[in-house]
Amino acid sequence: MIISIASGKGGTGKTTVATNLAQVLGNRVQLLDCDVEEPNAHLFLQPTFTQSEPVTTPIPLIDETKCTFCRKCADFCEFNALAVVGKQVLVFAELCHSCGGCMLVCPEGAITETSRELGTLNVGNAGEVAFVNGRLRVGEAMSPPLIKRVRAAADPDRITLIDAPPGTSCPVIAAMYETDFVLLVTEPTPFGLHDLKLAVEAVKLLGIPAGLVVNRADIGDNAVFQYAEEEELPLLLTIPFDRQIAEAYSRGRMMVDALPEWRHQFIELFAKIEQIVKVNKEAACVN
Amino acid sequence: MRELVIISGKGGTGKTSLTAALASLAVNTVLCDADVDAADLHLLMQPEMRQHHDFMGGKSARINPDLCTGCDTCRTLCRFDAISERLVVDPIRCEGCGVCVHFCPAGAIEFPVQRCGEWYVSDTRFGTMVHARLGIAEENSGKLVSLIRKEARQLAEEHGHDLILTDGPPGIGCPVIAAIGGATALLIITEPTVSGVHDMERVLDLAAHFNVPGMVCINKFDLNPAMTETIENIAQKRNVAVLGKIPFDPVFTHAMVAGKTLLEYGEETPTHAVVREIWNKIITSPSMHSYGIVDLKATIQ
Repeated sequence: MIISIASGKGGTGKTTVATNLAQVLGNRVQLLDCDVEEPNAHLFLQPTFTQSEPVTTPIPLIDETKCTFCRKCADFCEFNALAVVGKQVLVFAELCHSCGGCMLVCPEGAITETSRELGTLNVGNAGEVAFVNGRLRVGEAMSPPLIKRVRAAADPDRITLIDAPPGTSCPVIAAMYETDFVLLVTEPTPFGLHDLKLAVEAVKLLGIPAGLVVNRADIGDNAVFQYAEEEELPLLLTIPFDRQIAEAYSRGRMMVDALPEWRHQFIELFAKIEQIVKVNKEAACVN
Repeated sequence: MRELVIISGKGGTGKTSLTAALASLAVNTVLCDADVDAADLHLLMQPEMRQHHDFMGGKSARINPDLCTGCDTCRTLCRFDAISERLVVDPIRCEGCGVCVHFCPAGAIEFPVQRCGEWYVSDTRFGTMVHARLGIAEENSGKLVSLIRKEARQLAEEHGHDLILTDGPPGIGCPVIAAIGGATALLIITEPTVSGVHDMERVLDLAAHFNVPGMVCINKFDLNPAMTETIENIAQKRNVAVLGKIPFDPVFTHAMVAGKTLLEYGEETPTHAVVREIWNKIITSPSMHSYGIVDLKATIQ
């Protein structure tokens, strides 16, 4: 089972929910931190990394002794990653999407591939929890290919929790795509509600069942709860604003460790998700 | 004309609330919401839309089954696994590279340009605002950010505005890179948590990478005073000014619920005073005067 934890708005508590769920599920689970721009889950779970490797993506390499400067590669590239200026081919590596098209269209066979580093992939363990994260190289723009590599490192025998990046564009979709359940985390404020609606649209587009966690549930107003009811988005957990929780978080301590009375709440949260996924799968079989 | 971009790395540290508060202190500015993925500034600005434009982004492949001969060439060549065994393109996986289109021997693949979102020019009580909405699950957020920043710049030049205040996106990837290139300075808003510190350092690295001067302010500083000190030490080591420390104060949420900026809401509190002081430091800071033109403070206050 793959559960992604997403939010639309940043800073609502995705990482808090993901790491605490992982902590209570222990050896049954692995956490994939797919917020590769700003990965934070390791600050809480403090894994020991056993493996760390650079992740690269192919980019074109021009052999100018073979090149006739016919411009076919530059004309083909949809991303303007190639330009021919006089007797020189310029490669704008950071714009390249690695489709390989330029290499295929070159009539002289003058293009081969080299690579550009996207970031690093780190694999390890946090106690019994298996842990994987990706760290985007500073200055690199494209996170989706790195997110896909983090997901590919998952162990299929464990429950997978994905800590997704904020927003609703391609990096979030790369983190939510082909998961069994999306756990949406929000706060009951106008910003939280607005961005939750966008996240719900994304989840609907992908056709994945979803549930809601409302964090800092007693700040703001009631509109998020009303919206969840209207949308029939099941409210699976509410976490009040509690200075103790906020302070523990600020130091990198997990709620279930600092305030053990929360353990059973997270165990229950998982049971509810499991139930929804099961019902959903049965419904899919019947259809 | 100068542009201050407010970013944070970590989401939810208060970028939009602070941008809005600064907007209510500034006059003669253009506002730009560059968080096109989850834009929220309009919720406080209640913009009256003056212009509405489609944003045309990349292309997407579509196989015409009437022309397809089932040769499988497209599926073999696609590096994004976007074409199924039944030879249907998955629009979410399609990267819009055009390899399948070019090499289809039957010419059976269409490649239309996609409408990826919308962008707007609006009037607000604090002046003109340029904002946008990227379609759900769309790519090209960086392109849209670049586009609205260019529009904001043009509007500012046409109407003689001296400053653009840009609310940036979270993270350090594509839209953030598009939001900071060519900016006069960055205001990085962080919080004294392990995540806040970690993400601020990544954003400072990014600012250094692209050679844009940064300034820092700390939100909810009293949540963890020791961590606040850590942030101040990091800033000092990196030669980045800390402009102010905002206390943890529910007034930000109350103002948001009321659809107002902090400075329009409630009675003057110490929190209001800190935000005013931050604004004062911004407009007198050397980073904002790096072009050595006119005195920014004199023209926008």
